[in-house]
Amino acid sequence: MSFTQTIYNTVFRRTSSYALAIVVGAVFFERFFDQLGDGLFDYMNKGMQSHMQATCSKQWKDLKQDLALRQSSDEDE
Amino acid sequence: MFARLSRGRKVLLGALGALTAGGAGVVTALHVSVSADEFVHPPPLKWSHNGLFSALDHKSIRRGYQVYRQVCSTCHSMKYLAFRNLIGVTHTEEEAKAIAEEYMFMDGPDEEGNMFERPGKLSDYFPRPYENDEQARAANAGSLPPDLSYIALARHGGEDYIFALMTGYCDPPAGIDIRDELYYNPYFPGAAIGMAPPLYNEILEYEDGTPATLGQLAKDVSVFLRWASEPEHDQRKRMGMKMLMIFTLLIGASYYMKRHKWSVMKSRKIAYRPPN
Ligand code: HEC
Repeated sequence: MSFTQTIYNTVFRRTSSYALAIVVGAVFFERFFDQLGDGLFDYMNKGMQSHMQATCSKQWKDLKQDLALRQSSDEDE
Repeated sequence: MFARLSRGRKVLLGALGALTAGGAGVVTALHVSVSADEFVHPPPLKWSHNGLFSALDHKSIRRGYQVYRQVCSTCHSMKYLAFRNLIGVTHTEEEAKAIAEEYMFMDGPDEEGNMFERPGKLSDYFPRPYENDEQARAANAGSLPPDLSYIALARHGGEDYIFALMTGYCDPPAGIDIRDELYYNPYFPGAAIGMAPPLYNEILEYEDGTPATLGQLAKDVSVFLRWASEPEHDQRKRMGMKMLMIFTLLIGASYYMKRHKWSVMKSRKIAYRPPN
């Protein structure tokens, strides 16, 4: 039995298992797609390398890291 | 189609077309003549958030907030911004709390019905420099400093305009008289503005050590005001990108589905067998 045949017989043939496959598939696809999109967006907003700051990325999470670094270096002094 | 129309119809259609084109021309001309005011249009700048998928520079927003707080807020309110709006954008929650607590707010009434003052909370909106517009006018030689919450949307050119305005002050050219309380700024419509040049080199010291040149200060406050006008900016672009991605997929899938379903229709034959 070929792979598609197996899939058809185990999943797609019965409406109940088909519907379940759609719901479960949607959950996983959504997670995958969201992370892919976020990753791409973050990658595109890495920003340029700059001589002024070690990290010159643009988003809040980058700034947050910078702030934490600044604070810990303040405490060292 | 056109060739088959009668002569009268052709003339009528032609006249209609000419009227439409002429009308559009008149409207354009009127529009252009209205825009041709006596001021310089701000040049479009290369903001790092210009791209279709480019986020705002949050380090710049944070510096811009500092500029607003230390300079602009002495005259301009931002009454639609609350301290909580800074969290996760420019400041951490602890920082935002600390900032809010620096200000006293009127609250109440308490059990005896008296109003009382208390330190600010995250849910408080930015305090205003003046009680009302009349007081603001009186303190600024008759000019009202507008609320800056949505100023980047409220002015043509947005952040380009704000940057140009901040850096555009100069001496008036020969032959132009400026009243005593006004200042010459070619980017301001009318060129005579009631705001004294608010920024200059080193007016403040940035906490992240960025040199506080006039250009830097103006850029940062412009980015900050763009964010204030459009807090959903980054999310919008993020969603826009995901939307394009998913619809590319879906359009491909729909095209395949369509071909699939129609393949039966297109390859079938209908034969008519007359009854004998
Ligand atoms: C000394 C008080 C004062 C300070 C400080 C000040 N402004 Fe103003 N601002 C004014 C006044 C007054 C007006 C109204 C000008 C007018 O209508 O002629 C104004 C107008 C404006 C306008 C609107 C211009 C327009 O197109 O109508 C913007 C934008 C602006 N200010 C931005 C800023 C920024 C950004 C800062 C901080 C860097 C700042 N201002 C600091 C007094 C001030």
